[in-house]
Amino acid sequence: MSEVVIQLNGVSRSIEVPPDETLLSVLRNRFELTGTKYGCGEGQCGACTVLVDGKAARSCQMPVSEAAGKAITTIEGLAPAGKLHPVQEAFLEAEAFQCGYCTPGMVVAAAGFLASNPNPPREEILKHLSGHICRCGTYPRILVALQSAAAKMKKTP
Amino acid sequence: MSTPETDLDREILEHEVSRRLHWFDVDRRKFLQLLGGGLLVCARSRTARGQESGRARPGERELPKEMSAWLHIGRDGKITVFTGKVEMGQNIRTSLAQQIAEELKCPVEGITLLMGDTERVPWDAGTFGSRTTPTMGKQLRAVAAAAREKLIDLQAEHWDVDPSTLTAAGGKIVDAAHKRAAPYGDVTFGKNLIKDVPDEPRLSPASDWKVAGTSVRKVNGPDIVTGKHLYTSDVTRPGMVYGKVLRPAGFGATLASLDASAAEAISGAKVVRDGDFVGVAATDLYTAERALAALSAKWDLPAAISNKELFEELKKPQPSGDRNEPRVSGSVEEGMGNAAVKLSRTYTVEYIAHAPLEPRAAVAEWKLGVLSVWTGTQRPFAVRDELAEAFRIAPDKVRVFVPDTGSAYGGKHTGDAALEAARLSRAVGRPVKLTWTREEEFSWAYFRPAGVIEVSSGASREGTITAWEFHNYNSGPAAIATPYTVANQKIQFHPSKSPLRQGSYRGLAATANHFARESHMDELARELKMDPLAFRLKNLADPRLKAVFEAAAKSFGWGKRKPGPGRGFGIAGGVEKGGYVAACAEVEVEKSSRKARIVKVVEAFECGAVINPDGLRNQVEGSVVQAIGGALFERVLFEGGRIVNPKFSSYRVPRITDVPSIEVVILDRKDLPPAGAGETPIVGLAPAVANAIFAACGVRVSGLPFLADGVVREEKRA
Repeated sequence: MSEVVIQLNGVSRSIEVPPDETLLSVLRNRFELTGTKYGCGEGQCGACTVLVDGKAARSCQMPVSEAAGKAITTIEGLAPAGKLHPVQEAFLEAEAFQCGYCTPGMVVAAAGFLASNPNPPREEILKHLSGHICRCGTYPRILVALQSAAAKMKKTP
Repeated sequence: MSTPETDLDREILEHEVSRRLHWFDVDRRKFLQLLGGGLLVCARSRTARGQESGRARPGERELPKEMSAWLHIGRDGKITVFTGKVEMGQNIRTSLAQQIAEELKCPVEGITLLMGDTERVPWDAGTFGSRTTPTMGKQLRAVAAAAREKLIDLQAEHWDVDPSTLTAAGGKIVDAAHKRAAPYGDVTFGKNLIKDVPDEPRLSPASDWKVAGTSVRKVNGPDIVTGKHLYTSDVTRPGMVYGKVLRPAGFGATLASLDASAAEAISGAKVVRDGDFVGVAATDLYTAERALAALSAKWDLPAAISNKELFEELKKPQPSGDRNEPRVSGSVEEGMGNAAVKLSRTYTVEYIAHAPLEPRAAVAEWKLGVLSVWTGTQRPFAVRDELAEAFRIAPDKVRVFVPDTGSAYGGKHTGDAALEAARLSRAVGRPVKLTWTREEEFSWAYFRPAGVIEVSSGASREGTITAWEFHNYNSGPAAIATPYTVANQKIQFHPSKSPLRQGSYRGLAATANHFARESHMDELARELKMDPLAFRLKNLADPRLKAVFEAAAKSFGWGKRKPGPGRGFGIAGGVEKGGYVAACAEVEVEKSSRKARIVKVVEAFECGAVINPDGLRNQVEGSVVQAIGGALFERVLFEGGRIVNPKFSSYRVPRITDVPSIEVVILDRKDLPPAGAGETPIVGLAPAVANAIFAACGVRVSGLPFLADGVVREEKRA
């Protein structure tokens, strides 16, 4: 057990955990932030994606000790004041989900990606999301959502 | 086994649902009091036919006039609808609410659907077979219409006016003449009222629909994009611990010895053993995983075949003989004798996995002799019965809750995780959460059946099919009948002993049977030197199927445009579960490497009157994408009683980069009753792509998946 301090959705949080427990497990089972999902445990599906210092990362592949001192943003932290993130709005508009289980990971990944790539060409979006699985097959809508979110974010920086 | 009499009976048999249709009587008056009074409207079950024909076991209640759905309007005006159907991404929470809103004349937002809670909702066989729209949708429309009429009658009595002068609109009973209105919540005047739905309720025709028939947004969409929605794996209970189950070394393995000392020495962990079932429960997931890893077990493994012997194995004659009689009309021998062109071909289908992104999970809690289980299943009542049987308690001591689930595709009919969580919970005396790992999901769930399909056919020189013989080994009988007009046919399903645990999958065997049939139709057309579309239309009488073929062909530009170099066009279609589908595919095959990719797909779909056009498009697009997996790369590899590729890194599913241009053409037939749409749109893609591959490079692919090794291979043909 060791004490780990992370900046979780803007708030400094301290916890006693085994240092090799995954960030995913700590988020879900210790902080009860269940919006971040388990999908495969091998970094292949993207359901567990969170932002670490603003960059998308697979929380199932990251020991919590590696997250120490870093800023972690989960899906719960994307719309802090209740105002939806442009990516969330775009997913709703395009109805880019069916069962919705992959959606938090997709949304967080997209938010991180668009923050550093304000005007991505189609191929870049596809490449960036190729590590995310939507088993319901809503990929065409996810692409539309990202394109419209990108346009929206450009207008209101 | 008795012959199925209705589509629903057949559906239930095909999905292996237990025929023990229990009914535990709910005292409706008590139930209404529990709901806080108001108006309760009940629909009689139309699924009781099986019991009436004497299939119920002695001592079990029959349910001919029991309830299949009910709607409650509280004194606060809150509308709650109770159904045993469950939401797993097919969007019925929204589409059912739309249909209720349409008949009850109230906003969609004012309706809450309580789904899949076995203590609160009427018995239901399960959410499968595309039955929700044609059966539950229809029943809920009837319930809502009956509620509307009852509200009008009550208010007319109160105002002392003729009911025909009143209307229902916006959640109120409106008296236009006297410029007054009463919200639904006020209409019951504190009385507790129960009404049954009449046999012939007055329903609005689809041509008059204002709310049904429109693209209402998914009702809980905001919860999904914000991560607020609680799936089973997100449910927590006070004092809950985490469970893990020790999996055998292979299928059918028996436990020879177990050393649990290292695991038991871990603080916070407890080992549970019950025969060959071994599990652990621990205060946190990390400790549970550590304790599981510390278990040391020896297993005795039975001999098992591998993929290499699969198709040979499935063709082996079964000791009991073929249970299913062939469906025969005319004489195939005669039809073959008259044929100018004859063709015999074999097609194969590998096992594939559903791989729902939310793996099987359950939270179980025992309290005062009652077992409560939260789990993602398509059959909450069957899981309830499974649990009751396993723990030898009365089914009314088990309550199953099904949170809206992270997809299923036919893969969540059983209660495996629920049983495991409940067993662990009983042993440790605390609520237990158990979530399967991806590897467990790939290994210990069940698969879409593999199969071998043999087709022989004959046609006249003019392109009329004269004989059709079709044998399906193991993959299943769904959509086995040909929709083409053939005087002489013999069609038979041969059950086999499956080496792997197999079961339902989106569309069941309709994908395999359409793949074989529509590939074969393409081969016949080419032998006859006819255009594949013209050949199909010549042999088709069904106007609805013709219409989707023509619609897909028109949007695709079939016959109007020519494929570029290295590219080919393919077409395929069919009908299943009341849905009509046709797909056109454009495929590119690199000449030297034989690498292939799907460039474009146009799919036309017709399922009667459309309830939610955008929701339907979403289903059709998703079906096309999911079908790409089974067509091109998905297959379960097994050897020595184990799954060899139980991970997303070794079991390839469609990615966003695999998605071609997809165009969906919806034919909205407002004159026809709505059919389900969650399954049938998946069946057309594989044969359309196989046919396009042939057109592109002259190689006939006859085994699903086509690109298991990444390239189109020359195949030996039977």
